[in-house]
Amino acid sequence: MQFDPFVIPFNIGLYFILFYVVFRCVIWFRGLSRPDKLRLQRGFFGNAFVLSLKEIFLESLLHKKILKTNIRLGYMHMSLAFGWFLLIFFGTIEADIFGTKHLNAPYKAIFFRYFNPEHGRMGFEAAYGFLMDLILAFILSGLILAISKRFYSRVVGMKKTTKLKLSDKIALTSLWLIFPSRLLAESFTSGTYGNGSFLTGTLGSWLASFLPAQQMAYPFWLLYSLSLGTFFVLLPVTRYMHIPAELFLIFMRNCGIKTGDKSGTYTEVQTYSCSSCGICIDACQLNFSAGITNIQPAYLMKAIRNNDDVSEIANNCLLCGRCDQKCPVGIELSPIRMIQRRVGDNENVFTNIYKGYFRKRLHNIPEKSNGQLSYNFLPVTDPEKVDVLYFAGCMTHLTPSIKNSMVKILDASGVKYKFIDEQGGVCCGRPLMLAGMDKEARELINYNSQLFWKSGAHTLVTSCPICYKVFKESYYLGVEVLHHSQFIKSQIEEGSLKMNFLRKKVVYHTPCDLGRGSGVYDEPRFVLKHVSRLEKSKFDDENSLCCGGSLANLKLSSGKKYKIAQDTAAELTKGNPEILATACPLCKKTLSSATETRVADISEIVAEALIVTSVKRNINKQVSSIRELANI
Amino acid sequence: MEKFGFTISKIRQIDYDSNDRSIADYIYEREPSFRLCIECGGCSATCTTGNYTNFSLRELHILIKRGENSQVIENLKKCMLCGKCILVCPRGVNTRNIVILARQAFQKSDSYAI
Repeated sequence: MQFDPFVIPFNIGLYFILFYVVFRCVIWFRGLSRPDKLRLQRGFFGNAFVLSLKEIFLESLLHKKILKTNIRLGYMHMSLAFGWFLLIFFGTIEADIFGTKHLNAPYKAIFFRYFNPEHGRMGFEAAYGFLMDLILAFILSGLILAISKRFYSRVVGMKKTTKLKLSDKIALTSLWLIFPSRLLAESFTSGTYGNGSFLTGTLGSWLASFLPAQQMAYPFWLLYSLSLGTFFVLLPVTRYMHIPAELFLIFMRNCGIKTGDKSGTYTEVQTYSCSSCGICIDACQLNFSAGITNIQPAYLMKAIRNNDDVSEIANNCLLCGRCDQKCPVGIELSPIRMIQRRVGDNENVFTNIYKGYFRKRLHNIPEKSNGQLSYNFLPVTDPEKVDVLYFAGCMTHLTPSIKNSMVKILDASGVKYKFIDEQGGVCCGRPLMLAGMDKEARELINYNSQLFWKSGAHTLVTSCPICYKVFKESYYLGVEVLHHSQFIKSQIEEGSLKMNFLRKKVVYHTPCDLGRGSGVYDEPRFVLKHVSRLEKSKFDDENSLCCGGSLANLKLSSGKKYKIAQDTAAELTKGNPEILATACPLCKKTLSSATETRVADISEIVAEALIVTSVKRNINKQVSSIRELANI
Repeated sequence: MEKFGFTISKIRQIDYDSNDRSIADYIYEREPSFRLCIECGGCSATCTTGNYTNFSLRELHILIKRGENSQVIENLKKCMLCGKCILVCPRGVNTRNIVILARQAFQKSDSYAI
């Protein structure tokens, strides 16, 4: 039997990590809820398994998403992951075909040349050796990029790279040592026996010309085995745990498991799947505009893994969702951050899955927080019956021009509507949720829901994307919720609104809660195209910037908010538009203080272009005068 | 003596020595912009809760700074954190964070039951 003591470190590492991963997966599986377990079981025998294999090949090995966003960084990740996979794959085949017997122990494939030094002189063997050298060269090229990235991250087109903890650094060093030590070990062995292909052969014969190759080979084989062993043993306590965790995550995601409201196994797998690649750091506006470099998702995930106190990190975030969009692993970063904000609230919270709400409807007993009501001062009102409700929202009340424009548009469209918070309404509850106070938020949700239901309306129009998101996600109203851009679009299509074309150059700023938060991209663009010359900008749709005013950030100082707003406004007004359009009162308020260009909400632009037909106006007037006379 | 319903008004002296200013210190430490407030009352004027009650963030600011905490606790939880006050504040005080920190401080401190 071919054996040498130097393979022991590798063997210890390999069997340790295999055992650990299986053990961990079993624990993760046991931590799942019953429906999720069933989902996994069904997925294992179904389509999800095949899909997962495909995704694992494309993402975990080829890194397709990173390649798309940043080709150099993608190449770096691909060469290391895919290259290493190929090396193991073809190495195993090589050991199987050319070794002394079939079905070898794993170390035979890894240290093949040590045990078969005479192999690879001519013919098919040489061609195979060439292939193995080619793969090694492929990995080494990526390794050179990786090492230079550590010292100068712009090499791979990144502005910032992640800061590492000590165990990560040791693991990283051992990872870096693996492939050069393999190269040198193979080269010395080839140099001694005078074989080897273009890489190991050439380097080997050159080294052998002035060094005692035979004596030099063994230490490098030992180093190769040691660095592999160290890497494997350290893997569970470092960020490299993402390698096994990501495979499990992809499978779980394909089976249809979602993050939900509470931390659980899926959240844990996601935090372990973060490779700290640093793509979120470059995407984060707090990093490149406000200079805050310790709160990005990569650090949040690290802090959660280390069981650190994350309240500072979790609360200092705009929740704009740019990182969610960019994350190559597809980790749901914002939901995980929201879970961290709710930590400490140990009662069950159902914000998204609000079961049993419809049955009670109007006879709902208000939810209590800590046994007491926080908002029992709110008056019980009985609104009149209408078709359409207009809920302006708190922020809209601070930008009265939006409110007035919407009243004008609603009047012109001829729908029977009621401006429900004309005299100032109650907050929608999302700001409380963002601060992690779901109990209190539910009181407000309850109050508002009853108000909407009592009015008997079938449509609820709001001007504020913050309200829109929470109405959609956490209210379960059973009525159609529309952002005003959607409402205007539907009215244009119905033909109830007639507009002039304004010859003005407009750039559209997508609000985070409306765009990435709720997926409303097309309607505002449609409306703007209808009334003005809409220009494209570098930060459209999914790639849009945050204005910085987000209510999600509880910690950010006003100076830094202003800086973000300035940067965003500067980027968007590069093409010198006449109007910087947006669809959010908060964005309008934040951006207008940071730029010279006129900032206007979509509703303002539409109201400006509106042709109020005399017929409708007269009817409205007549109706109201008759009503006054009849006293109804 | 005939009683006409007039009494001597309560003492309005603020005793900084006996008042508990730990809540204010807790906030100062974590949100320095608490010091910037000029008590203009803009926040109270725009307040959503203030629309329905006599809740006033300005008043709470002053009371917390004085250490007259007993009046603060009841009022504090009426805030809806909607954030209008941040937008109107001329001094850039992070008012929402102050309310959140004050709630935290009361929860952490043993002398107040919340």
